[in-house]
Amino acid sequence: MVQLLNYLKESPSQTAGPYVHIGCTPNFVGIHGVYETDLGSGSMVNDKTRGERITIRGFVYDGAGNPLKDALVEIWQADADGFYNSPSETRGTADPNFFGWARCPGDMATGEFVFETIKPGRVPFKDGRLMAPHISFWIVARGINIGLNTRMYFSDEEQANAEDPILSRIEHRVRVPTLVGQREGDTVTFDIHLQGEKETVFFDV
Amino acid sequence: MKNTLPETTPFFARDRAWHPPAFTPGYKTSVLRSPQRALISLEGTKSEITGPVFGHNIIGEFDNDLLINYAQPGESAIGERIMVYGRVLDERGRGVPGALVEFWQANAGGRYRHKKETYLAPLDPNFGGFGRTITDEEGGYFFRTVKPGPYPWPNGVNDWRPAHIHFSVFGHGFSQRLITQMYFEGDPMIWICPIVKTVPDQEAIKSLIAALDMNATIPHDLRAYKFDIILRGRRSTLFENRLEGN
Repeated sequence: MVQLLNYLKESPSQTAGPYVHIGCTPNFVGIHGVYETDLGSGSMVNDKTRGERITIRGFVYDGAGNPLKDALVEIWQADADGFYNSPSETRGTADPNFFGWARCPGDMATGEFVFETIKPGRVPFKDGRLMAPHISFWIVARGINIGLNTRMYFSDEEQANAEDPILSRIEHRVRVPTLVGQREGDTVTFDIHLQGEKETVFFDV
Repeated sequence: MKNTLPETTPFFARDRAWHPPAFTPGYKTSVLRSPQRALISLEGTKSEITGPVFGHNIIGEFDNDLLINYAQPGESAIGERIMVYGRVLDERGRGVPGALVEFWQANAGGRYRHKKETYLAPLDPNFGGFGRTITDEEGGYFFRTVKPGPYPWPNGVNDWRPAHIHFSVFGHGFSQRLITQMYFEGDPMIWICPIVKTVPDQEAIKSLIAALDMNATIPHDLRAYKFDIILRGRRSTLFENRLEGN
């Protein structure tokens, strides 16, 4: 016999279900009077936020090519200088006018999600190399048993993307573009494909 | 002794054999919504180790009291009055303070307050069905509600969800993010539910079942169910290489 390790097991995930909005974005589905606003809703920037304003737009598609109309998308990102607004950020202090997290339910008619944010700065990988600017995405919905993690990179950062330590880990190079949001002006389009030919790369983080 | 240093180490790898796999055809919607390619493993970088932490200022006075947070003054929700309480812990058994816990559920008859919901059981005019709270210094949380009813859903021709409460939890790192469901001790519906059965390990399923706790029950008022939520643990900082960005 050896001594027991006595670690607890993580609570197993379950789907968020079709009514995730009731708990996470009640005002979005017309349940008013309990929360003043939905957590993580609205623009992520104010007048004092540093950085380049961008709008991210996209859809989450299923394996038949249909957009999900009941997904909930959350994003987490660094500020314009590459600092996270988190107690675990030890390299410096993040922009106090940028929280870095937001959530958006897909539009109930079309499925589109939209985030008003800033382009993040570069964050170092553990060996000191800089990662390319990216935004972490987390997607839950009916039919998704455990939240899916992915990243959005930017099409106007070709050089940084080419040297990104995470993107370079992807063995099947044809899949790399599934992680690159297409920038036109201030809008970045980022569609997520859960399954099939255009399947987005998802990470076990 | 309390360790108040900010935690900066990566999380333990997720045991994906303990969690439900993406493709679980008994739960039909998962068939077209499950990735078919392997996940790409990525040891936590600064982007995953960090995460949003919410201040108590977002929590309203009655956010953890579903009996009254949607009710008319002097009224309260109809159903079995219960309290759900427990702790948010990490895999090393340490309480997670300051964790945001959100929860939502159907009413006593199994009816959700949602635009797309068409079940014939009536809405309760005094029940919204959601709330939130932030854990205390020891990771503890509690809320008052009514016990939700079972609920039929279009999967098999006669599938019913067991009574359940949905939970969404934020720890301190974005890769700790977790949504799950709590079930009630003794419910025979648990073991025939296709969503419960997406979890492959019976011990894992048991960890989602809240026990009736008569010691915490308040006489002549409400019964208590205890539900601990375990989030991913972090590696110890012992001998951790403190490389830039780690």
